[in-house]
Amino acid sequence: MRRIITVTVINQSGVLNRVTGLLMKRQFNIESITVGHSEQPGMSKMTFIVHVEDEGKIEQLVKQLQKQIDVIKVNDITDKAIVMRELALVKVVAPPQARSEINSIVEPFRATIIDSGKNVVTYQVVGNPEKIEAFIDLVKPYGIKELSRTGATAFVRDMQKAPSPQLSILK
Amino acid sequence: MSAEVQTKQAVLEPMPTMEEQQTTRPADGSAVLIQALKDQGVEVIFGYPGGAVLPIYDALYKDPIPHVLARHEQGAIHAAEGYARVSGKPGVVIATSGPGATNLVTGITDAMMDSLPLVVFTGQVASSVIGTDAFQEADIIGITQPITKHNYQVRDVADFPRIIKEAFHIASTGRRGPVVVDIPKNVATEVFTTPESFDVEVDLPGYQPTTTPNFLQIQKAVHTLTHAKKPIILAGAGILHAQAMDELKEFVERHRIPVTNTLLGLGSIPGDHELFLGMAGMHGTYTANMALSECDVLLNIGARFDDRLTGNLKTFAPNAKVIHIDIDPAEIGKNVPTEIPIVADAKEALKALLAADMYSPETEEWIESLVKKTEDFPLWYKEDDSALLPQQAIQIIHRLTNGDAIVTTDVGQHQMWAAQYYALNNPDHWVTSGGLGTMGFGFPAAIGAQFAKPDKRVVAIVGDAGFQMTAQELSLLQEFRIPVKVVILNNGALGMVRQWQETFYDERYSQSLIPVQPNFVKLAEAYDIKGYRINSPEEAEAVFAEALLSDEPVLIDCRVKQQENVYPMVAPGKGLHEMIGVSGK
Repeated sequence: MRRIITVTVINQSGVLNRVTGLLMKRQFNIESITVGHSEQPGMSKMTFIVHVEDEGKIEQLVKQLQKQIDVIKVNDITDKAIVMRELALVKVVAPPQARSEINSIVEPFRATIIDSGKNVVTYQVVGNPEKIEAFIDLVKPYGIKELSRTGATAFVRDMQKAPSPQLSILK
Repeated sequence: MSAEVQTKQAVLEPMPTMEEQQTTRPADGSAVLIQALKDQGVEVIFGYPGGAVLPIYDALYKDPIPHVLARHEQGAIHAAEGYARVSGKPGVVIATSGPGATNLVTGITDAMMDSLPLVVFTGQVASSVIGTDAFQEADIIGITQPITKHNYQVRDVADFPRIIKEAFHIASTGRRGPVVVDIPKNVATEVFTTPESFDVEVDLPGYQPTTTPNFLQIQKAVHTLTHAKKPIILAGAGILHAQAMDELKEFVERHRIPVTNTLLGLGSIPGDHELFLGMAGMHGTYTANMALSECDVLLNIGARFDDRLTGNLKTFAPNAKVIHIDIDPAEIGKNVPTEIPIVADAKEALKALLAADMYSPETEEWIESLVKKTEDFPLWYKEDDSALLPQQAIQIIHRLTNGDAIVTTDVGQHQMWAAQYYALNNPDHWVTSGGLGTMGFGFPAAIGAQFAKPDKRVVAIVGDAGFQMTAQELSLLQEFRIPVKVVILNNGALGMVRQWQETFYDERYSQSLIPVQPNFVKLAEAYDIKGYRINSPEEAEAVFAEALLSDEPVLIDCRVKQQENVYPMVAPGKGLHEMIGVSGK
């Protein structure tokens, strides 16, 4: 099970270490972590993507995180309506003769060229992690010289779908 | 400035008024620490000085708080644990940087596992050299991060009063636990100019333990319990931490629901109570384990369903609806699926249960069947005319102390026998290393317990191997003449390891037999402590009668039968209903 967890923490030294240490101690498999300042001064927001075996494990994770003194709030937002973005920098082998071909292929991804050299072009692509994966798969045949991903950051949308299914008059 | 001028200036300065004197604030970081410890009502510190804490020990010299100089930092922290367990107050430890701090790691982990409140102050090298592998530098914040409830490094002396307040608050509220405060040497000597920082209130938005139970959950619990046919209460250490013994007893007696204990919960209900089934778990009573296996409603109050209690989870309480009351929400549902979770302090929850209009379930038939089990399969051992049995030794101690003594243990066979045969009359009289299972814990813990309760009889029941891990603390008995009774159940072996090798490894006793031993009597005498050696039940009667009455420290080397095993037993991986060694017949 892939779960997306957001954690609001007090911006204190050692807090990242505590949180990742906890995940390690309880053997959680982390796909990505992002950390940065939030809208409140002194507070940071983390977004984790973790893989867990079952519901029980994710409940434990949330509770264990919640227990940390510097952790203010923990949310499992996997099943909510969310916005999620990740940024990737991809340096692709692109000799002059192949360049326009690559450009046209990546165009639907709205990737932007942020640097280019004699034989390489560096793209910046932003989107949810699946989109980034698709982009990487697409340019892989040309040769990826370097790849750097930020990990996903996310929060819930303002408008949420109704939590309970609509009652049906047919039942 | 010459001395003369100084004197003149001093004369010129007006004498401080009484009020000013009272509000005089400490001058530097070390003085801040001592002042804050006094504000917290700290009665005793267990510690060991060293380079990085020289300023703190200097402040302690000028403005004393009683200090117990252990002979090893591990002894200091186990003593602090014993103090905390018996007094309910946080144990305070000071150690220096580097090795001083790392020697505390076992005790900190032990306190974390058994939810004991500790506030541990470690020295640290000066801020300017942190991270340079300086002399006696260790990253104790990094090291203790997974084994503390919280930890701090003081970066600015102005934060120090707040940090100390928070440390005591965190250690002693919610689910208790150890807090480490790391003090760089320069912070300890830094001039303190912000007396107002002593007035800062504790404000921890991320730490708000839930203590009051949810009303609807209590209603559900009441409904479930009322309709139960075979209910049982599993009372853990949460009862003791919350001081909910009276409420538990009242609830149990009003509704006639049988009770069992975890190892750490022993004492939460009197050991001779008619509804008490004995301890449950790996070496629990047959009755308690069968009651857990057969019950239809299991009310767990303040226990964490440890694997030594549950045995194989697949067959644990298979027919039971589980109600779990715990102050730590992360414990609920961690190991055992729970129908009715109640996050609360045990006392608050029991008060709510007592206040609810609950009809008592009909349990007489159930109780009768359990009484029958105890009659048919009581704890047993085979007497041996040629030897003293460890169980006998504990029974004699129990009889002579009327079950009123504070008993401390290490881990292993002697611990299980003490749990089985020393029925406790009183709460907070049982100090044992449960979760971590630390050898060398019992003896220093007894010293701490004696400091907490100077008028109580304290008996450290230890094994010959575990005792040798912290035997250097005999110095403390010599120095303070505190009347701790050290009872070594000496079987010349790592008893529990030997038992498992006998049972599960075809009697291949790999490194578990210790044929060469010190002369424990002479060892005691070297520390100016009276020592005895006993070999038979008759000697035990005579020596214990004399020793337990004495107001001096005493060491008793009990030569007990090596081949004696702890029974009954749930083999590892087995269910509670699959006990072996249930009957001696």
